[in-house]
Amino acid sequence: MLILAIDTSAVASAALVSDDAPESVLASFATEDTRTHAEVLAPGIDGLLAEAGVSGHDVDAIVTGVGPGPFTGLRSGIVTARTLAFVWGKPLYGVMSLDAIALEVAESTDSAAEFIVATDARRKEVYWARYTLSDAQLPHLEDGPHVGFAADLPDLPVYGAGAGIYSDAVKAVAEFSTRQPEALSLGQFALARLSAGEQLLDSTPLYLRESDAQVPGPRKRAL
Amino acid sequence: MNRTQPLVLGIESSCDETGVGIVRGTTLLTNTVSSSMDEHVRFGGVIPEIASRAHLDAFVPTLEEALAEAGVTLADIDAIAVTSGPGLAGALMVGVCAAKALAVATGKPLYAINHLVAHVGVGLLQQGAGAPSPQTRPHALPENMGALLVSGGHTEILRIRSITDDVELLGSTIDDAAGEAYDKVARLLGLGYPGGPAIDKLARTGNAKAIRFPRGLTQPKYMGTAEEPGPHRYDWSFSGLKTAVARCVEQFEARGEEVPVADIAAAFQEAVVDVITAKAVLACRENGITEVLLGGGVAANSRLRQLTEQRCSAAGIRLTVPPLPLCTDNGAMVAALGAQLVMAGVQPSGIGFAPDSSMPVTTVSA
Ligand SMILES: [Zn+2]
Repeated sequence: MLILAIDTSAVASAALVSDDAPESVLASFATEDTRTHAEVLAPGIDGLLAEAGVSGHDVDAIVTGVGPGPFTGLRSGIVTARTLAFVWGKPLYGVMSLDAIALEVAESTDSAAEFIVATDARRKEVYWARYTLSDAQLPHLEDGPHVGFAADLPDLPVYGAGAGIYSDAVKAVAEFSTRQPEALSLGQFALARLSAGEQLLDSTPLYLRESDAQVPGPRKRAL
Repeated sequence: MNRTQPLVLGIESSCDETGVGIVRGTTLLTNTVSSSMDEHVRFGGVIPEIASRAHLDAFVPTLEEALAEAGVTLADIDAIAVTSGPGLAGALMVGVCAAKALAVATGKPLYAINHLVAHVGVGLLQQGAGAPSPQTRPHALPENMGALLVSGGHTEILRIRSITDDVELLGSTIDDAAGEAYDKVARLLGLGYPGGPAIDKLARTGNAKAIRFPRGLTQPKYMGTAEEPGPHRYDWSFSGLKTAVARCVEQFEARGEEVPVADIAAAFQEAVVDVITAKAVLACRENGITEVLLGGGVAANSRLRQLTEQRCSAAGIRLTVPPLPLCTDNGAMVAALGAQLVMAGVQPSGIGFAPDSSMPVTTVSA
């Protein structure tokens, strides 16, 4: 099975993963920038396909990170994934973006049995979720995703860029303190879950915050 | 690629309309629009984040519907065009990313298009049977062409020497767009959103001469003379007008009198329409413009159309108003301009460009 995975919940990234490839990786790219998704994503995907010598016809499914993440960036990946899936006539799945880091934690040497993944939600808040690990299994999402202040997180080791920013307030795991969700891990996670016969999400974005719009109150009348 | 009658798909997402239009050369095949307007009503204006969320969910269904209605497949398309500015940044981003994905998935060339120029480009589409002779040449616009664009997002007078590479901004609003002023005043008067149709309707029953509201930027220090133009000779300002209406309402209330809502609506509308048309016609006369296209959603306003017609004809200027669904924001206008660019042999924009929320009209395509 060949999956094109896209995640723009923080950086812009895409990957081609396949259960036929070594470490399941065919090709991948990720930017460091969190604000140029509209420019770099499409050329990045175009480059991936060329590099791997793959066309849309060869792709079996498209997977998109559905956040949480800053809204404008998040939408750029989701609308890209939805459009590619429509044109190529391929199934489209969503994966919660923090799962990408959780998988990397599970595969690392300093993983904890229970942990938090956190990313930057701007406005002095983090997006976060709590996971547990048991032997040889995919990380299990216990709680979340949520958005809130880093200081209010459960008292557990915290992985991801959200921990790095608030390392004074949380138990940040140094090795992961700049880690952002990326399509490569997201795609591998999706591949593992699909192979295990598990369900994925649809492509509905997890905004976690309302639009901020205020319904204007009634106009004050002059006396 | 077919360069004489190119089949072009246009995508628009700069404000609250998700539009997909398809044209073949200058023939309109479909103009499919999904609007999030209803979701903005309770806020009294377009909320950018709500519009962006709606674009994300509307895009694929709108695309699918447009293809079905036009009876074409993506494989048939010669080029894709998308609004890359000006407009709401987050909203533009959705259409631009979708268009780029479409370009990647189909391998078709992509044109990043200026929204304002697209409002003019729509005037090049042939109208239905019985309309004036079809224009099929690539540069079918008359030579001394201008465009007056009035909507909730913009108010501009443009001069167009060539729709594909020579457009000049003669004047624009320096604060609110005219449509925005309508929305704000409608809220003051308790008339709901969108304000344009509500005020237009009520104004018909009011006396426009009952109150005189200010015409912004008309004092000599802003206007100057034709030889020595002031800093805002062809520009508009509507924020002072909105404040004047608010004062007026407060004064009636303070005196304990009933607010003459219909008269205020009529007088406000007259002030807007008077200053828009006066300055637009002045700009045309002083720049040798003899043909004007009226575009943008406020082109639906009955008094604006009436006074524009009157003043244009008095000044010997020929006025064109496209059918209303083509005046409001839509994908057909983007496709229409895209087709002009293809026919003129302009190079596509590629897939690396960034949307530009303040794209100048001098940039017809990126
Ligand atoms: Zn417009």
